[in-house]
Amino acid sequence: MTALIIILCLILLSIIAVQYGRFRELSAKIRGEEAAMKESNNRNAAFGVVFVIGFLIFCVVSALYYRNWMLGYGPHESASEHGIELDALFDITLFFTGIVFVLTQIFLFWFAYKYREEKGRKALFMPHDNTLELVWTVIPAVVMCFLVVRGLYAWNEVMADVDPDEEYMEIEALGQQWNWLIRYPGADNLLGETNYRLFSSTNPLAQDWNDTKNLDDFHPNEIVLPKGKKVRVRIRAKDVLHNFDLPHFRVKMDAIPGLPTYFVFTPRLTTEEYRENLKQYPEYQALNEDGVPLWESFNYELACAELCGRGHFSMKRIVRIVEQEEYDRWLATQTSWYEQSVMGTADDPFGDLANLSEIPAYRAAMIANEFNTDADRALAATDEADKTVILKHVYYATGKYDFSGITEKYYLTHVASFLKKNPDVVIELSGHTDNVGSAEGNQVLSENRANKIADYLRGQGIGNERMVVVGYGQDRPIADNASPEGRAQNRRTEFKIISQSAPITNTETTVQ
Amino acid sequence: MANVAVPTHEDDILIQELGYDDHFHEHHDEDKYQSGFIGKYIFSMDHKIIAKQFLITGMFWAIIGALMSLVFRLQLGFPEEDMAWLKPILGQWITVNADGIGALDPQFYYALVTMHGTILVFFVLTAGLSGTFSNLLIPLQLGARDMASPMLNMFSYWFFFLSGMIMFFSLFLSTGPFSGGWTAYPPLSALPQASTGSGAGMTLWTLSLVFFVVSVLLGGINYITTVLNLRTKGMSLWRMPLTIWAFFVTAILGLLSFPVLVSAFLLMMCDRGLGTSFYLSEIFIGGEALDHVGGSPVLYQHLFWFLGHPEVYIIILPAMGLVSEVLAVHARKPIFGYKAMVYSILAIGFLAFIVWAHHMFMSGVNPFISNFFVVFTLIIAVPSAVKVFNWITTLYGGNVRFTSACLFGIGFVSLFISGGLTGIFLGNSAIDIQMHDTYFVVAHFHIVMGIAAFFGMFAGIYNWFPKMYGRFMNETLGKIHFWGTMIGAYAIFWPMHYLGMAGVPRRYYRFDSFDTFSHFSTMNQFITVAAIIVFAIQVLFVINFFYSIWYGKKMTTRNPWGANTLEWTTPINAGHGNWPGNIPSVHRWSYDYGKDGKEFIPQHYPMQEGETEVH
Ligand code: HEM
Ligand SMILES: [Cu+2]
Ligand SMILES: [Cu+2]
Repeated sequence: MTALIIILCLILLSIIAVQYGRFRELSAKIRGEEAAMKESNNRNAAFGVVFVIGFLIFCVVSALYYRNWMLGYGPHESASEHGIELDALFDITLFFTGIVFVLTQIFLFWFAYKYREEKGRKALFMPHDNTLELVWTVIPAVVMCFLVVRGLYAWNEVMADVDPDEEYMEIEALGQQWNWLIRYPGADNLLGETNYRLFSSTNPLAQDWNDTKNLDDFHPNEIVLPKGKKVRVRIRAKDVLHNFDLPHFRVKMDAIPGLPTYFVFTPRLTTEEYRENLKQYPEYQALNEDGVPLWESFNYELACAELCGRGHFSMKRIVRIVEQEEYDRWLATQTSWYEQSVMGTADDPFGDLANLSEIPAYRAAMIANEFNTDADRALAATDEADKTVILKHVYYATGKYDFSGITEKYYLTHVASFLKKNPDVVIELSGHTDNVGSAEGNQVLSENRANKIADYLRGQGIGNERMVVVGYGQDRPIADNASPEGRAQNRRTEFKIISQSAPITNTETTVQ
Repeated sequence: MANVAVPTHEDDILIQELGYDDHFHEHHDEDKYQSGFIGKYIFSMDHKIIAKQFLITGMFWAIIGALMSLVFRLQLGFPEEDMAWLKPILGQWITVNADGIGALDPQFYYALVTMHGTILVFFVLTAGLSGTFSNLLIPLQLGARDMASPMLNMFSYWFFFLSGMIMFFSLFLSTGPFSGGWTAYPPLSALPQASTGSGAGMTLWTLSLVFFVVSVLLGGINYITTVLNLRTKGMSLWRMPLTIWAFFVTAILGLLSFPVLVSAFLLMMCDRGLGTSFYLSEIFIGGEALDHVGGSPVLYQHLFWFLGHPEVYIIILPAMGLVSEVLAVHARKPIFGYKAMVYSILAIGFLAFIVWAHHMFMSGVNPFISNFFVVFTLIIAVPSAVKVFNWITTLYGGNVRFTSACLFGIGFVSLFISGGLTGIFLGNSAIDIQMHDTYFVVAHFHIVMGIAAFFGMFAGIYNWFPKMYGRFMNETLGKIHFWGTMIGAYAIFWPMHYLGMAGVPRRYYRFDSFDTFSHFSTMNQFITVAAIIVFAIQVLFVINFFYSIWYGKKMTTRNPWGANTLEWTTPINAGHGNWPGNIPSVHRWSYDYGKDGKEFIPQHYPMQEGETEVH
């Protein structure tokens, strides 16, 4: 009904306007067109001046009214370190463009007013003026140079990827229709491999569970980061483009299926600190619909800034920045996704190790990683002395060659899979002892230790021809036999890569 | 001085040169090529009629596009308001809940935004603006009887018409029109699983735009050929009015960039229909992993913006040309720095091709590459600034007549300044991190391109309406139109800068999912109300336009504005062929206003003894 009334009013107004227009035209005819033209000229020229004054006032007043959104000002401070420079750049650009804006708008309407038509006055014949034109080509060019140099300097700094040697943490964000999923690397600080074919309801991030780096990765509901620590966000998309947008941190980057991107930033204010800052401003004393002051209910938010379909406007996650201690406490409460939803299910590649649940997942991951790192190093080594891998997680009691713990079995699965992945590798599998007991007894013991491992690996499908089994007795200690710890280290098995096909390839690329 | 044989009255010159003396009354000579209503007004080959066809079709689309924007602005300004009253028009796209409160479906919100963008950018500001005025003015101002190929010209319009029909039809699909944004980024646009609008809606959208490109190319080839070959005697390139320079460079831009869009679409079609993987890789959607691997969605963005950026200049250059001409005529002064104006058009035209990736700073392209695009982008600001200074100086010392056309010209300059300056923020990639895909960008391009180009178009319509229809538009309404639009447009778009600074993303159906973005409901209401008022004022313009075609004040003199260009030497209602007698020849540039104490000296007026030609 209201709509109908509005439409009727509009129609009425336009009829009035048309009639008014006709009336003016006729009255101009009666008064003489020239006089009417002159009057209209003066009026519109004056309107122009009023307009430009009003417009500039509107600009200033609206800027004051919305000052809380001026970048870098009070409540709109950057929560990241790099954001401070970006805000400064914005403000410098605002300064220069502001001057140009005010001057050109004023000249435009002022000239139009001042030089409105006057019968009898002759217009200036001024086709061009080279000096003038040179001046106003060069001045903008110089200002642009300044802005470009400063801008690019900041840009290259902000967009640079992390240096592998520096200290940083990495997390992952995956955009999907229509929310963000977050993944943390867990105890090993490494995000596991993914493969888009593995997406499923139980595997929302398409993690490859054969990659042991995945076992400790966890999926929190919000992003929690320690203040002052550099973080690299690996940004992925599952279905269509999304954009990882953290407005308070001046962070924005597209998420692209099949093409992971990243953004590196360092949070500089905890959520609490940001709230404290907002508290000073009366606008933030207002209450939200739950009766909580706005400053208190404030949270950093993650949004999506690339059109991704009908739910694009709703992809929110809360971001919390906390002190390191609180972060550590939070971290300790997180359980890995593997442990929560995969372990022991049909998707679990280690499912046949019936009691794997005895090993905490993060420990499983650590063990696996440790072996993979050692094996990769040995594989890549050119010096013969470095081609040895100690089987660190196969432990022996004095005089015993048996092992039965789940940890050992789990660990040896990785030895087996290493050999499967590298079918050209031949190893020398050797047993060692401490110096307790006779040398002859120890020689037998060491051979037994090596044989026991070989048996196990055969059970995992490794052919005999891949292993040369030897015992070195007590002759090759790696630690001092005087201390119990040293003796424990000497009771061990290890292998040495004695042949492999050159060239040496990275294990990752030889998977398939 | 004394015994110069040259006649001194411009009509006498015409009579002597053209060999006709009709006292400029209407001539109804028979046209042997097109007789009958259909030949004359529908499948016409007369560039003047085709110009009107482009204009009126453009106006039709402008109204549709603007209405769409009102619907989505209502959603943004008043998200809680009942929309059930739109149900009779929008049907299934309004979902009415148990309490009888109707809400706009988000999918349809995105469809509206997408259609609004596509329609305004291509159908209104490309075809409606460049199509209208290139057609009208190129032959008339160059002294040609028609385009180089009137037939292709006719096809150009009808391909545009066909393209429009297809787009219009797509509005009524049960799955809705395309809804992936006017930039149509894959994979969203490529996969019907990702969005219902990406099924048949997307197919029709693409098809429509392919026909549109055909239209642009046919038009463009014609404009270029005509400018190069059909200039009348004496019309050297350096004597051409800036309108022609602008149309000429625009046509070249279109010819070089639109085909790239078609190839982008072609690859898209292959991905959609033939299972290729140009743009798609490692996608898991609708519960299945697609087999596409190895493609890159970023490739599409490169191809799209290789057109997309030149396209924005395809839109603005004609407006710049029209405004240059209108300001000079109504300030009664030569355009200041004619050569600088031409060189800056050329510079902008060239640079327009090497800045495209400034739309992609945050798209995952190598950040190192962005360095080049930042530099080139900010270089563009220099010729743009030169143009602004030159327009302002053109007013200096003039004798400015505040006609509606002139007002829109001045308004154009104001808008171009405001919007161009925000480009300097966005062109600096470091600042663009925060501003990309926010309302700051929306404010930037609506002011610098959307509204400014409309102002150029309005300036052109008010100025050349007498040439098109032999009558004037009502000046009083024109002025109400101008001031209302000027104030209203700033009221709509200026506040959006603050939204952008707060980080509010564009293309959001509502803002209250986020605390950060929900501070602005008052502003959003204000913007929506302003948009409704501005729309109402445009209705006034449409009424004025059609009213004046039949009832406007009649044109009694041939050259009502006292302009120098050749179109004003034709009879008031010129027939096909433009000049009944010979074509006038040209002896000077088109900006001799106020020279040697004469108010204006038309181009066909021979040089006086002792007079030197200036540029
Ligand atoms: C002073 C010169 C200009 C500069 C430096 C400039 C810079 C930019 C930049 C960097 C963007 C990308 C912003 C983003 O998406 O984050 C942009 C967007 C845009 N600009 Fe400009 N611009 C300028 C003038 C113009 C002109 C003259 C037009 C049109 C006539 C224009 C039309 C557009 C449009 C349509 C978009 C947005 C497209 C979209 O994302 O939908 N710009 N501009
Ligand atoms: Cu999104
Ligand atoms: Cu651009």
